[in-house]
Amino acid sequence: MTSRMKPKHQRLVLACLALFATLGAGGLALSALKDEAAFFYAPADVAGDLPSPDRAVRLGGMVEKGSVHRLGDGVSMNFVVTDGKASVPVRFTGVAPDLFREGSGVVAEGHFRPDGSFAADNLLAKHDERYMPPQMAGKMAPEMTRPQ
Amino acid sequence: MPIFHALANPARFQKLARPLTPLCFWAGVALALFGCWAGLTRTPADYLQGETVRILYIHVPCAWLGMGGWSALALASIAYLVWRHPLAAVAARAIAAPGALFAGLCLVTGSIWGRPTWGTWWQWDGRLTSMLLLFFVYIAYIALSRADAERGGDGRIPALFGVAGTILLPVIRYSVIWWNTLHQGQSIGLTGSTIAPSMLWPLWFTLSGFSLFFAGLVLMRMRAMLARQKVEARMRRMAAV
Repeated sequence: MTSRMKPKHQRLVLACLALFATLGAGGLALSALKDEAAFFYAPADVAGDLPSPDRAVRLGGMVEKGSVHRLGDGVSMNFVVTDGKASVPVRFTGVAPDLFREGSGVVAEGHFRPDGSFAADNLLAKHDERYMPPQMAGKMAPEMTRPQ
Repeated sequence: MPIFHALANPARFQKLARPLTPLCFWAGVALALFGCWAGLTRTPADYLQGETVRILYIHVPCAWLGMGGWSALALASIAYLVWRHPLAAVAARAIAAPGALFAGLCLVTGSIWGRPTWGTWWQWDGRLTSMLLLFFVYIAYIALSRADAERGGDGRIPALFGVAGTILLPVIRYSVIWWNTLHQGQSIGLTGSTIAPSMLWPLWFTLSGFSLFFAGLVLMRMRAMLARQKVEARMRRMAAV
């Protein structure tokens, strides 16, 4: 290798280093913020230590199959949110989004009760990255229940 | 590399860009219109979302161009910083406005899609927030490059900003993998797609159509900028006489 590089090549090396450093910084920021930037708690995240009841938090996971029970008052329901490792019972009063259904993803906004259950005052439906026509969904039904 | 060296000559670039501009523009419009028509009438509805899913034929190309635009802007900025060629700086500046437009369209279409599916217009989740940041970074770049040009700067500061802005690209890309978010994961990867083939194919038309349209816009703006530079140079010469 020659002892001196042309200024043009020096700049090229510098610019490439700068680009990789920037992309790397983005990656590092992502992994460092992993917990802080999470949009919701998964049931397994709160299994050990429950967020205090006066904090507004979100709980996300799959709605357990067969767990949705509508109450007599017509606006309340109970269901269980699970991530495959742990599950949390949820009570919700209000209007659920159209895509809210058993075996599908949900994000509940509200707070934990001291007994470990969750009181939701708003529900968001979370769908997964698969799109298909209804006929195909019928064939794939067993796989659709997998937790995310 | 020889191609770029050949293109670095503004006269040769102009000669190539003149026929290429309307070609990209109109081919892009035609492909995008066909893709939208096919997506609206020739594909089945989704098993879960029903007809709402069709907005994906616009939302995905906008997201792709919002991010792809910044990648191109950053590459042009690096080319300018390394080879100091003015055409690279012109390219970076020409990309900024259409890039901001498509990043904004991505946010708007995403919001319209989010209301009926998720049940919300907006949430501060990782993917949505990082895309909003990219939109702001585009706006900041436009302001910075204008201020730099007005003060007679050499464009090095906006170019550095263009490189620094790439920090957002991995954040947007991996936000749905590394954080839990309301936005679903990646549907189309290098190894395949989780969109049923019968629903996927119009997306290739809108993706290529919007991309060509984007290229047409960038070429148009580059030619306008080069023409303005020429006019200014001529005015200065006339004033000197």
